[in-house]
Amino acid sequence: MIRYLVKRVLLAILSLVAVSIITFILFFAVPTSPAYVMCGKQCDAHAIAQTEQRLGLDKPTYVQYGEFMKGLVAGRSYGTGELAVKCPAPCLGFSFRTNEPVTDIIGRTLPVTVSIVVGATVLQLVLGVGLGMISALRRGTAFDKAAVGVSLVGASMQIYFFGPILLLLFVYTMHLLPNPGYTSPFDDPGQWFVQMLLPWVTLGFLNSAIFARLSRAQMLETLSEDFVRTARAKGLTKWKVYGRHALRAAITPIVTTAGLYFGASLGGAVITETVFGVNGLGRTAVQAVNDLNLPVVMATVLLAAFFIILLNIVVDMLYSVIDPRVRLS
Amino acid sequence: MTATASSAATSEVQDDRPYLEVDDLRVQFKTEDGIVRAVDGISFKLERGRTLGIVGESGSGKSVTSLTVLGLHNMARTRVTGSVRVNGREIVGLDEEKVRRMRGRDMAMIFQDPLSALHPYYTIGRQIAEAYLVHHPGQKAKAKRRAIEMLDRVGIPQPQRRYDSYPHEFSGGMRQRAMIAMALVNDPSLLIADEPTTALDVTVQAQILDLLDDLQREFNSAIIMITHDLGVVSRVANDVMVMYGGHAIEFGSVDQVLTEPQHPYTWGLLQSVPSLRGNAEDDLDPIPGSPPSLINLPSGCAFHPRCAYRMIGGGPCDLEVPELLPTAQEGHVVACHLPENERRRIFAEEIKLGAE
Repeated sequence: MIRYLVKRVLLAILSLVAVSIITFILFFAVPTSPAYVMCGKQCDAHAIAQTEQRLGLDKPTYVQYGEFMKGLVAGRSYGTGELAVKCPAPCLGFSFRTNEPVTDIIGRTLPVTVSIVVGATVLQLVLGVGLGMISALRRGTAFDKAAVGVSLVGASMQIYFFGPILLLLFVYTMHLLPNPGYTSPFDDPGQWFVQMLLPWVTLGFLNSAIFARLSRAQMLETLSEDFVRTARAKGLTKWKVYGRHALRAAITPIVTTAGLYFGASLGGAVITETVFGVNGLGRTAVQAVNDLNLPVVMATVLLAAFFIILLNIVVDMLYSVIDPRVRLS
Repeated sequence: MTATASSAATSEVQDDRPYLEVDDLRVQFKTEDGIVRAVDGISFKLERGRTLGIVGESGSGKSVTSLTVLGLHNMARTRVTGSVRVNGREIVGLDEEKVRRMRGRDMAMIFQDPLSALHPYYTIGRQIAEAYLVHHPGQKAKAKRRAIEMLDRVGIPQPQRRYDSYPHEFSGGMRQRAMIAMALVNDPSLLIADEPTTALDVTVQAQILDLLDDLQREFNSAIIMITHDLGVVSRVANDVMVMYGGHAIEFGSVDQVLTEPQHPYTWGLLQSVPSLRGNAEDDLDPIPGSPPSLINLPSGCAFHPRCAYRMIGGGPCDLEVPELLPTAQEGHVVACHLPENERRRIFAEEIKLGAE
């Protein structure tokens, strides 16, 4: 178990290094320099060269990469002499745009995305898995048909359509909810909740359609398994057969999917954040790409990769807890 | 059909009548293609301490019959008529909750493939204890003791330790033993074994059959042995019912059916058994064709399209469904239009059995 974990962590670090190298290469493949974007209209060759020197863009790519990695692990300092700015590890650099430390930007935007994703995940699991399970148990009934219909519509719906409609309805027309935004739950939990409600419902409802379909299919498959028949043959009550025997087996692939979804969404609920104008990680990442803001791009890409890899490991570990046949080695 | 059994305590032994009585049982499933007549008018009786072998090809209705006895069909899509009495109590039409209370205690089942029939995520011991707890609520410690005792009884070494093993950690034979332990944990008087040895290799098969034999003697239970293996039947059964297309086509004692069979289908089954000695290609004589669709059974005798002795034109084989009629031997009934002396003559002169 420990050996397995160590192996997985080493592999994860390797993957992250690979992601960072690829991001660096892709960034410099863009045929324009961030210096052009930054220096605005009155731009001459001198100003550009100055800016490039200041940002370290005049150095070869591999040197820049080396400095970035050194900063991440050991910290680095920018500039020389009295103007030197210290950046302690883990140093992700400074935004090309605002000169704000990237770690501060992440610290500000990550809680927003985490809030959205955690809430949406809870909603999609409760709603999706619940709906799927009930329709599997009531297969062929009106409830089942309605649930399948709704989840088909939900799965084909888009956030940028569904989100604005909810916004129009609940915020601008009925004035039931405040404009979505982010308030720290530690400052004002109530405000946090009502402001996050629409992003949760939007993202969670659409994803719950996918989970409803998955759970229904899984449950139906499990219900036809021999061990479910054995459970009934023992004389167990319907609810023990479903709850203890069928659900336990059906839930495994759902856990996997939920974990991977969670990891991927943490990398940035881009569309949701954009639709509701909430400044989370996803929106920051898109903005940074448009601005050729390398340090921020690097940070967000690495963070997204980190979450996906982390959740993959978590899911695999969970798998071995759920299914005794899985032995980690 | 009378109401006498409705309130009778199920555990009470009624020795004056057979433990299981099945009368004119019909089971139909609604499917998109039509109505499947999986079982079409089966009757038999089974006493404690006796073993009935039900033989037939896949789709002949043998497993459906046994699942009906346990009331395990999805009643929304199944139509069951006729009568199934377990210890005098009518199962057909009985409230699901009441049937549930009988399952595992009055009648239990051993399934074909223990790897898929046991829950992969729970330990063997827990699954056996659970079967006990259903009918003895709250007695957790006793359930565990009882499970270990049963594991020991079915011949699993170190039952204390094996209690905490998962099904995938057991060998095939051990899993089937555990399955048997689970079925017997509540001392059921009726045990239905649905091809219990099919998934096992031959030496383990023999051990499992011996075990069932011992347990039957010990608990005086009635056993239904569903199988397509005539070797198994000859070894364990007292009576044999041969099924074809949802009908019983021959019924009698194991000697009558296996050594003096009178139905052409039974002859075919016996001829399909390869022999160890002699020329396998000469001996092995499979029945031509394949089992009939249960949605569109052939007219008349369901077996007539595959029967080498059918009387088409001059006889009723493709027109009338033959009834199970007594033969000269008591207790031996056959559903065949051929006259009995003709059947005896054909069997004596033309049928050579590879196994004998």
